[in-house]
This record gives sequence, structure tokens and C-alpha cells, in this order.
Amino acid sequence: MLKKLLLASAVALSLLPLVANADIKVGVTLSTTGPAASLGIPEKMAFAIMPKEIDGQKVDYIVLDDASDPVAAVKNTRKFVSEDKVDVIVGSSTTPSSLAMIDVAADSQTPMISIASSIKIVDPVDAKRFWVFKTPQTDAIMLTAVTAHMADHGIKTVGLIGFNDAYGEGVMREFNTLSSLHHLKVVAQEEYKRNDTSVIGQVLKIMEANPDAVLIAASGTPGALPATTLRDRGYKGKIYFTDGIINQDFLRVGGKAVEGAYLPAGPFVVAKQLPDSNPIKKVSLDFIKRYDAAYPKSPANSFSAHAWNVYLLLKNAVPVALKTAKPGTKEFRRALRDALENTTNLVTAHGIMNMSKTDHMGFDQRSRVMVEIVKGQWKLVQ
Amino acid sequence: MDTSIALILAQDGITTGAVYALLAVGLVLVFAVTRVIFIPQGEMVTYGALTMVMLQAGAFPTTVWMLLAMGLAVFIKDVWSRLRPGAAPAGSHVLRNSALLNLLLPVVVYLLARLLPLQALDLPAQAALTLAIVAPLAPMWYRLAFEPLAHASVLVLLIVAVAVHFVMLGLGLAMFGAEGARSNPFSDLRFHLGPLSLSGQGLAVIVASVLIMAALSLFFNATVAGKALRATAVNRLGARLVGIEVAHSGQLAFLLAGLIGAFSGILIGPATTLYYDSGFVIGLKGFVGAIIGGMVSYPIAAGGALFVGLMEAYASFWASAYKEVLVFALIVPVLVWRSFSSHTLLDEEEE
Repeated sequence: MLKKLLLASAVALSLLPLVANADIKVGVTLSTTGPAASLGIPEKMAFAIMPKEIDGQKVDYIVLDDASDPVAAVKNTRKFVSEDKVDVIVGSSTTPSSLAMIDVAADSQTPMISIASSIKIVDPVDAKRFWVFKTPQTDAIMLTAVTAHMADHGIKTVGLIGFNDAYGEGVMREFNTLSSLHHLKVVAQEEYKRNDTSVIGQVLKIMEANPDAVLIAASGTPGALPATTLRDRGYKGKIYFTDGIINQDFLRVGGKAVEGAYLPAGPFVVAKQLPDSNPIKKVSLDFIKRYDAAYPKSPANSFSAHAWNVYLLLKNAVPVALKTAKPGTKEFRRALRDALENTTNLVTAHGIMNMSKTDHMGFDQRSRVMVEIVKGQWKLVQ
Repeated sequence: MDTSIALILAQDGITTGAVYALLAVGLVLVFAVTRVIFIPQGEMVTYGALTMVMLQAGAFPTTVWMLLAMGLAVFIKDVWSRLRPGAAPAGSHVLRNSALLNLLLPVVVYLLARLLPLQALDLPAQAALTLAIVAPLAPMWYRLAFEPLAHASVLVLLIVAVAVHFVMLGLGLAMFGAEGARSNPFSDLRFHLGPLSLSGQGLAVIVASVLIMAALSLFFNATVAGKALRATAVNRLGARLVGIEVAHSGQLAFLLAGLIGAFSGILIGPATTLYYDSGFVIGLKGFVGAIIGGMVSYPIAAGGALFVGLMEAYASFWASAYKEVLVFALIVPVLVWRSFSSHTLLDEEEE
């Protein structure tokens, strides 16, 4: 009799885990080392302060480093999908790595949220990109702000210089497409590598063409090198950057050379200067408060905000998915993907997201502003 | 391209080429004496540059911790090899010298870094302190990683060198952070010579490189230690037979390479922003120069490295997307030319 009771209770206890909901697993691969470490490290710090539960369900963030290497990013993604059986993949910090991860996410039918810039990650929404979303504004959105600003300021000819990887080439390709709309002519296009110690040759070639403005398509502190070289050689025209360079170390490395340069940015960067009526201001300031409380020595920056927006996206989508499926199952991943695609009017730290079947990015014109670097600070251009 | 642009590019090419030449000479030196292709030479450059940056900012240089830790590791290794059962008998001076070099010297450097007013020191003093912190790392790596494998093949030593490079890279990220920095320029002089605008900084780099190479040449030709190094490079066994301590030669070669690397870092620090991972590619370009010299000839290696610098400058003007391709593809015709023109067999092939 006792034996039967023990056996029954053992069976009942072993069934308990099946009855309770499994944790939601989020696999995160970031570039916390390598050339893109200035993007990955703030993102990692943001993931560390994210709340560990959504809608009563425990969330488990597995954060790995891919050293800014697409091969390592794919390796991490495969590990997430086959060993950890995650419900959603997040990453990576850079465009080349994110593009490489798309195949793995699509094959395993796991939704993927990228924290990188290029529009090619989510557009066009084909069978593979069906599963892929991203939180940062696309380079295309940012460049529309740049080209409009250039046209408004009477600029006719533009020189381009950027990284010779997927990010730089993506930006330059988008810019070439947009430039014809605003009657801008690209007169020089040069490339350099993140680790280069000198770009004098490229700069001389650009100055030979004497453009009214130069757009530097770079990310992180290596973006300062062409600017310092241009100013050293006496270039007097306007300099534009992309949003990839937004961090304090860039301002330190660029110094006087980047003074007066323009760049498109998410509203987060100038959150304190936004009007109070802007809903983005409230969400941004809330995140800044949390981040500064956890990390008093490093102020919250644009990249950590992109990572925080992943949390806001999941916080919005997970409750919807939980209604129809349990975490850890294929149905849940599909339901989560559908919920992400139906995100409507979600106010994030960088803009207001409205995803759809054809738009897996969701931001509109409210998600970017033009910023000028004045006295080593980011200043909103009204 | 008109003359003024050609001259500016030439100036830039010669300045970077001078630094590559120093690295090429260091690589040839280490290879000739120890048959190690010292890939971490690039890391010594970044360590030197970023330590200098920290000194100039008045911050405590984190590289000192690495120096202390490695000194301790080498000392423990010496104690173990002396005291383990079955060890060969040796004089007490071995442990005493080891303690002096590996324990006392790092502690003295640590105290200097802690107690001196770092930012207030003038440039030569800061440079000397940087050299004292960074250069000893190279012979310590030799003792820890390469000396036990002294009789292994060149390939094994190369693989170990790559491993050391990765370790130093990771430690570099931990010590210096992900962001780059630039040190203060030596001089803000600028004078105009026709269409050229020469900077005092660039001239200082070229002059320093030439002086170091002249000093090395003097060292090899006129001092006993230098001649001993050359003897070890020519024939290791023969050198042992005439009483030269080949282990010391290896350490000396690595120390010289460390000094050259750290000093190159101090030279290029003001010119460009260096990151913890910039050293590898710089070291590789020095390696291309060393290949041009066949890993044996110092003048040809230096000349080859200068050529690499010039080629890089002109390629970045003509075809910036293919700059790296052109620079590294230079190795192929050089190897083809060398394989046709060399008649001597390597030592390994006779064994």
C-alpha cells in the first residue's frame, strides 16, 4: 500500500514540470569584443538590467559574444537553436553578422530580432525574412533625413567614404538610390577598413573631386579618422555621419575635427531636448534613469537603447503569444513571430513601432531627428 | 594625380613605411635567432601606444599588472625547474638572477608607475617608463611559451606564436577597453617645402626609425653580445660549442623585439587612433617586409617594408577598396622570385 502511494506521488511529482509553463528562453549574440565592441558592450549592459519576467513568465537571457565575426555569430545561433532551444534569437550588433544569422533563424523557424542597421536585414520580407525583425532604424530611414537636410542646405555634390563591409556598402548603396531624388550628385566614393591607421589616399581622392559635403558611412570610433584627415587637409565643406557613430568615445576621439558635423539620430540621443509632448521622451528618460542607476560611470547611449527596445518589443508580444501556445514549443515560436509582426503603436526609446507583413522594422519619420555636434555634445537641430 | 598629391602620398607612405621597417627588422631578428615568427610583435606596438596614452592621461597603466603577473609566472617556472625532483644541478645565482629580473624589476616598475606624477613627466621620461613596462613582456613570453619548445619545428613555433597573439589580444581588450585612443604629438611643427607640408611629427618618426636601425647595426657589429646573437642566428649548435649561452641569446632577441615594438607604438601613437586590435594588421605588414627580406636580410627587409608603406599609400588613392588585397598580394611574386633565386637549403631539411 505504502509502495503504491510512493509510486503514485513520484509519478505526480515528475509530471509537475510538464504542467507548469517552461521559461521563455532568449538567445542573445552580441559583438562585445572585436571592432564592434563599442556597439556590443552597451547592448550587453542593457540586457543585464532587463527585468527577468514578462507577464508572470520567467525569461532567461542567454548572452554570448561573437567577437564581431559573422562566423561566430552563426555558430552561436546554431547553438541557441539546437542546444538551448530558444524561443527567440536576438542579435547581432552588426549588419554582416545579422545577415549571416538569417538563414539559421529561418531554417529553425525561430523569430529573430536584430540590433543592426541595414535595411537588407528585413527587406524584402521573403520566406526567410518572414522570421526576422529589427529594432534600430534602417539606414534607409536615416539617410532620408540626411538627404533632405543636404538638399535644404544647398548641397549639390557629395563625396562618400565608408567601411568596405556590408554596413558601409549598404549605406553607400542606399545613399546612391536616394541621392537622385534630391538632385544630389555623388562625385567620389571611397572605402576603408575599420582598423586602418591612415586614410590619406582616400581623402585626397575625395578632395580632388571637391564635393560640397562628405558623408562618412562608418560605425563606432573608427568613423572619426576620415573626419580628422579631411579637416587636417583643409577641407572646408560640411561633414555628415550616419547614426552608427553615436557614442561618447567617438566625440572624444574626433575632438575638434567633428565639431559642426551633422548626423541623423534616434530621438533617444537628444531625449532631454525633446518637447514634453513627445511620447518617446518619457520612455527614453525612464530607460536612462534605470541604466544610470545601474551603471553610474557610463551614460546610456543609443546602442543600449536599441537593446532595451528588444525588451519592450518582447514585453508587448509575449503576452499575446502566451495565449495560444506554451514556451519551448514550435507553436509558441510561430505565435511569437505573429505577435511581433502585429506590433502596433508601441512607443519605444527610439520611436513608435508599427510592424506589418511588409515592414518588419516599424519605424516612421518620428524615429529620426537631425543632430549637430556642438561643443562636444549632441544638439537637436530644430 | 598631380605632383603635389603624389608627394603627399609619398610622405605618408614613407612615414608608415618607417614604422613597418622597424617591425620587419624586429621580426627578422627574432626569426634568425630563435626561428620563431613573432606574430605578437603587432600587439607589442599597441601595448606600447596605449600604455603611453594612459601615462599621458595620468591614469595608472594597467599593463603593469600584466608585467607583474608574467614576472611571477616566469619566476615560479624557474623555481619549479630548479627544485623539482630530478632537476639538473645549477648554481644559486640562477634563482637569484631570476628573482631580480622577474620579481624585483616588475615591482620597481610598479612602484614607479604608482608614485611618479605620470602626467607631469616630460615626453622622454614617459617614453622610457612605457618601454620599461611593455618591452620586458616579450622575453617573458619567450621564457614561458617558446623556450620550452626551442627544438620544435618552425610550424609548431608559429602556431604557438599565433596562440600568444590571441592571449595578448584578449588581455589587451581587458586592459585597454574596446575604444581607441591617440597619444599627444611630439611636436606641432609644420613647415612647408614646396607643395609639401612636412610635420615635425612625421620627421621625428622617420629620424627615430633610422637611428634605431643604425643603433641595431652598431650593436650587431661592434659589441660582444651582438656578435653572440649573430653567431646564434647563423648556427645554434656551433654557438653553443664556442661557449655562447643560446638561451640568453633568445631572451636578448625577444627583448630587442619588444623594445622595437613598444617604441614603434610610441612613434605611431600620436599619428593615428590605435585600438586594442589594430596591432595585428600592422604587424602583418611588417611581416610582408620581412618576407621580402627572405627572413634573413635586415636591409632588404627594411627596404621591403618601406615599399609596402608606399604601396599602401598609393593603393589607397587609386583603388581604396582593394588596398589590403594589393599589399598582401605582394607576397606572392616575392616568394616566386625568392624560390627561383635562392640556392641554399634550410637547416630543417637536412635533419
